[in-house]
Amino acid sequence: MSTRTLAVVTAGLSTPSSTRLLADRLTAATVDALRRRGDDATVEVVDLREHARALADHLVTGFPSGGLRAALDTVTGADGVIAVTPVFSASYSGLFKTFFDVLDPDALSGRPVLMGATAGTARHSLVLEHAMRPLFAYLRAVVVPTAVFAASEDWADGDGGSLVPRVERAAGELADLVAGRPTSARPADPFADFVPFDQLLGDQA
Amino acid sequence: MQFGIFTVSDITADPTTGRTPSEAERIQAVVAIAKKAEEVGLDVFALGEHHNPPFFSSSPTTTLAYIAAQTSTLQLSTATTLITTNDPVKIAEDYAMLQHLAGGRVDLTLGRGNTGPVYPWFGKDIRDGIPLAVENYALLRRLWDTEVVDWKGKYRTPLQGFTSTPRPLDGVPPFVWHGSIRSPQIAEQAAFYGDGYFANHIFWPAEHTRRMVEFYRGRFAHHGHGDADQAIVGLGGQVFMRKNSQDAVREFRPYFDDAPVYGHGPSLEEFSRETPLTVGSPQQVIERTLGFRDYVGDYQRQLFLVDHAGLPLKTVLEQLDILGEEVVPVLRREFAALKPAHVPDAPTHASLVDARRAGEQAPAEVSAR
Repeated sequence: MSTRTLAVVTAGLSTPSSTRLLADRLTAATVDALRRRGDDATVEVVDLREHARALADHLVTGFPSGGLRAALDTVTGADGVIAVTPVFSASYSGLFKTFFDVLDPDALSGRPVLMGATAGTARHSLVLEHAMRPLFAYLRAVVVPTAVFAASEDWADGDGGSLVPRVERAAGELADLVAGRPTSARPADPFADFVPFDQLLGDQA
Repeated sequence: MQFGIFTVSDITADPTTGRTPSEAERIQAVVAIAKKAEEVGLDVFALGEHHNPPFFSSSPTTTLAYIAAQTSTLQLSTATTLITTNDPVKIAEDYAMLQHLAGGRVDLTLGRGNTGPVYPWFGKDIRDGIPLAVENYALLRRLWDTEVVDWKGKYRTPLQGFTSTPRPLDGVPPFVWHGSIRSPQIAEQAAFYGDGYFANHIFWPAEHTRRMVEFYRGRFAHHGHGDADQAIVGLGGQVFMRKNSQDAVREFRPYFDDAPVYGHGPSLEEFSRETPLTVGSPQQVIERTLGFRDYVGDYQRQLFLVDHAGLPLKTVLEQLDILGEEVVPVLRREFAALKPAHVPDAPTHASLVDARRAGEQAPAEVSAR
């Protein structure tokens, strides 16, 4: 039995936020699913609202300030990532995108990711497939087949309607991927990434 | 330890007046700044190289030769010389020429350049940045160290029976520093050759500089040039001073807020906390600068950026007066008192000539490289 780390990235802005609510549902279901597979899980939530200014500063200065460094490391070192955004203007929010813009492009390579999105109506649900999935494909993440969309009406459905089974299915898919792989190496050491010069020069030396 | 200033040669509007100096004015201002640096007792003046507005310094050896003619002790350097897009043959020729004209008062800092379009403008590909730096520098060394060069590489036309002239002064090429903000591969290059490593130390947090320097020192020792604490380290830094620290903050803030590189992002206070930027009294600058040693060890060269972001010439000259009168004499004394005897000073032409003579007397120790 091993302990897995789940990083939960949520880009909801209001309080309470339905995006955060969906992230919490997905997280709880994934922790349960991992437990059923014999693994414990540690959950670390990265609430992007708290890093809004640091993210804008990072775009300008090129380095993460304050708590943003730790947030980026959390995601880079996680065994699995749950990423949830509200839909803004037919796509993920700018805040959500900015976080993945400043994350090292290799950070999520081969990493299991579960995607979720929220909006006022279900008409936006394909944002998951048309905007979010290509983003994670670019980052070479392993995205689970079921992405979970929650519209306002999903929160008013007495017995959970179709949201609960979708959350369960997605969580199961993520747990399968996370439990089936070796524990994540913590953030890679950038200073290990060099070729010794004698080797690099070859016959030029 | 050497102290000096470096400039990136930006032509930026003064945000407090909205006035942009002409190229002619700014070029003359930089010459005046360099001469002032010597006058107030600084050791080094380093000039950047750019090939696009708002920068003027496309031809650093021309400017440095002109300054060399009007100074007598100032060490002339670059910040940085583009090893990727310049022809290494031209670098070998230009800097050897400058070295002769300046009586040896020349070294250079190589960098890759981070302005995307400069690569295609000079027929190169930015994705080859590291391989270009590797091949071009290997050729530059050959051209300086070997009289007649036969060479074939990937990025320039081959050479058969080529001799770069003038030959380096006294047979000793200018000392080379390698500058890189984020690439360990460049620190490895500096370490491999036993050259200096210069950390920009302006834009990024101190922790990052600490790790880069630590890495370079470890690799310097690995490649057999001495102990890790004998590696040659230079740091940038950015200061603005007034007698009263509140006055410094008040005066510098509009320049900071509008600065081309980091403006419109973090506040002056946040940036001062996250990076080595120090805006305050001379005493605060002294304390902060002495603190650099805590995370990079005893180092050889400290350069300050004092003339960017539209600061008027008069203000820059005042900053140099403060550096020369109040800050550098204290730093010189304090750093010298802390430095152990086995840690070398930054190489100069004289020290390199001495080392070469010593090597000739003990030929067994001459490196095959």
